[in-house]
Amino acid sequence: MKSSLVMARLLRVLGGWRSYCSKRQQERVSDDFVETLKAVVGEPNVSIAAAVREQHGHDESMHRCSPPDAVVWPQNVEQVSQLAALCYDHSIPIIPFGTGTGMEGGVNAIQGGICFNLTRMDRVLELNADDFSVTVEPGVTHKALNSYLRDSGLWFPVDPGADASLCGMAATGASGTNAVRYGTMLENVINLEVVLANGKILYTSGQGRRFRKSSAGYNLTGLFVGSEGTLGLITTATLRLHGIPEATVAAVCPFPSIQAAVDSTVQILQSGVQVARIEFLDDVMMDACNKYSGLTNAVAPTLFLEFHGSNQGLREQLQRAEEITQQNGSSHFTWSKELEERKQLWAARHNAWYATLALRPGCKGYSTDVCVPISRLPEIIVETKEDLKASGLTGPLVGHVGDGNFHCILVFNTEDADEHRRVMEFGKRLGRKALAMNGTCTGEHGIGLGKRQLLKEEIGPEAMETMRQIKAVLDPKNLMNPGKVL
Amino acid sequence: MADLRVLVGVKRVIDFAVKIRVKPDKSGVVTDGVKHSMNPFCEIAVEEAVRLKEKKLAKEVIAVSCGPLQCQETIRTALAMGADRGIHVEVSEAEAQRLGPLQVSRLLSALAQKEKVGLVLLGKQAIDDDCNQTGQMTAAMLDWPQGTFASKLALEGDKLTVEREIDGGLETIRLKLPAVVTTDLRLNEPRYATLPNIMVSWARARPKPF
Repeated sequence: MKSSLVMARLLRVLGGWRSYCSKRQQERVSDDFVETLKAVVGEPNVSIAAAVREQHGHDESMHRCSPPDAVVWPQNVEQVSQLAALCYDHSIPIIPFGTGTGMEGGVNAIQGGICFNLTRMDRVLELNADDFSVTVEPGVTHKALNSYLRDSGLWFPVDPGADASLCGMAATGASGTNAVRYGTMLENVINLEVVLANGKILYTSGQGRRFRKSSAGYNLTGLFVGSEGTLGLITTATLRLHGIPEATVAAVCPFPSIQAAVDSTVQILQSGVQVARIEFLDDVMMDACNKYSGLTNAVAPTLFLEFHGSNQGLREQLQRAEEITQQNGSSHFTWSKELEERKQLWAARHNAWYATLALRPGCKGYSTDVCVPISRLPEIIVETKEDLKASGLTGPLVGHVGDGNFHCILVFNTEDADEHRRVMEFGKRLGRKALAMNGTCTGEHGIGLGKRQLLKEEIGPEAMETMRQIKAVLDPKNLMNPGKVL
Repeated sequence: MADLRVLVGVKRVIDFAVKIRVKPDKSGVVTDGVKHSMNPFCEIAVEEAVRLKEKKLAKEVIAVSCGPLQCQETIRTALAMGADRGIHVEVSEAEAQRLGPLQVSRLLSALAQKEKVGLVLLGKQAIDDDCNQTGQMTAAMLDWPQGTFASKLALEGDKLTVEREIDGGLETIRLKLPAVVTTDLRLNEPRYATLPNIMVSWARARPKPF
């Protein structure tokens, strides 16, 4: 008798430890409901297996895993619509899921519900090369699209760190290293097919429309870009394409100080050089990257630049940029045109996330994402480095300085409650500093779970109320990704 | 400036990213409406040929493709990457099914002699049939030396130093031109055809009967 009690307690403890994710809420999603889901998409396309649900309960951030009650894989927009209508009738939350590469806990099902994994819809529906537009389904990632486009002479320049789903990128308003010249998702999404919470299908710019500009009615496309799954499920995106540049040159340039590097950035932009990429890595990050990738770059604040254009135009751009960097005290300016060498030069920047984690193996990473007016960039970066020192935290800096956006990648031991607290407080302080400089608390990662308080402080009570009203109209039952953004 | 002419074979195949489906009557794979592009190893061959021209080691790069009308798209891509001329050996859809390495190597060896080329650059294999035979057969028919699975190529005068990837590791051989070389993955990273170059190649590539 006694041993079985001990066994029962042991199993409860072990069970609790093994699945630190929250349990499936039996009351909300019954077995009957799962059967109705299977009737719509077929049995192989519904799963309640614990491992599958855990996999869909988190993204790349360090927010605790919150698995959904079930995961479904619809094959087409009609199925998405039917499933959404079912969830609406039973008041069950709906969580859209793409590649799970978000940075703010956007897919964590904190109120349970059904996770809609949309990646089995993975066709490039329509390429209109002469019109510079393409329509894709959620399963198409930006790398897959660029591979598809490679013999058309066109490309899609928004390139976040991960190989993310393009519809997911639309949902989070993603950006990347090319934003300084080509813009973010907001500037490059022409039309969206969205399934609303009640199953209705909406075309934000009108069905099948693909134009370079329009003045027709309210900008619904802009509303859904960046809505992080809280207003509807994006099942198709029509995107703006650009011509692949005739020639590309990459350059790396170390500086004696952060101020010099950022000043160079501002001056290069002011000089009219249409730089395609301008990335900043601080000395801590350069050291981490050298160690991780076995490189021998100078351990100093460094700018990584890339120029796109015709062969003649590039010579001029390079000359101007080099002059500016020299005036700001840069020691040397290494540049390259060949693809393999350019990849080598950029290797340091691309591996930044993993190089940072490698500084302290076993630790997790948390990336801040503030974006300020470019003129305030030197100030906030210098203040950030001082704050890091004062708080005793490891936080290499990497930034899209051309946009005034930088990431402080904090590596910390999640088990150490004190360090965890210091990291969270540092993040809040940094967010507030950016707000005080008329900036934003998130340049590209989104609000997700962790920045809802900062959003309130950033946009103010009137805008907040307006957002709430819009949400209430489009999702009266609050089923679309509840607990996020607002 | 060298006098070397380079003949590059480019094959139109189903794009590597496509999920291949077998036809319901099991007679082959579905090709209608499926994305096709240049065989990746042929892209590497075109890139290497264009780089030889840029280094002024070659005078002219000629791209050749055998098959139905759509092969012209593949030739245009080669032109957009920097090839000077394209030759399309037209074969009907029905006959194209029976076109294999033996037939293609006969065509290539005849063209190599007609065009007086000093170097034939091919991909090591096509990703649809994985034959890995055309380069070797072409060399045999021409009685030219061959350097297959090339991961490095260096040309000095009429001597070609080829580093090959083989089962045991790497092997370096020296060939005297004229020769046949087949390209392997690590030889180079092919450039993307840029929009201005594609537009120019479309204008240039008005087919003339052969």
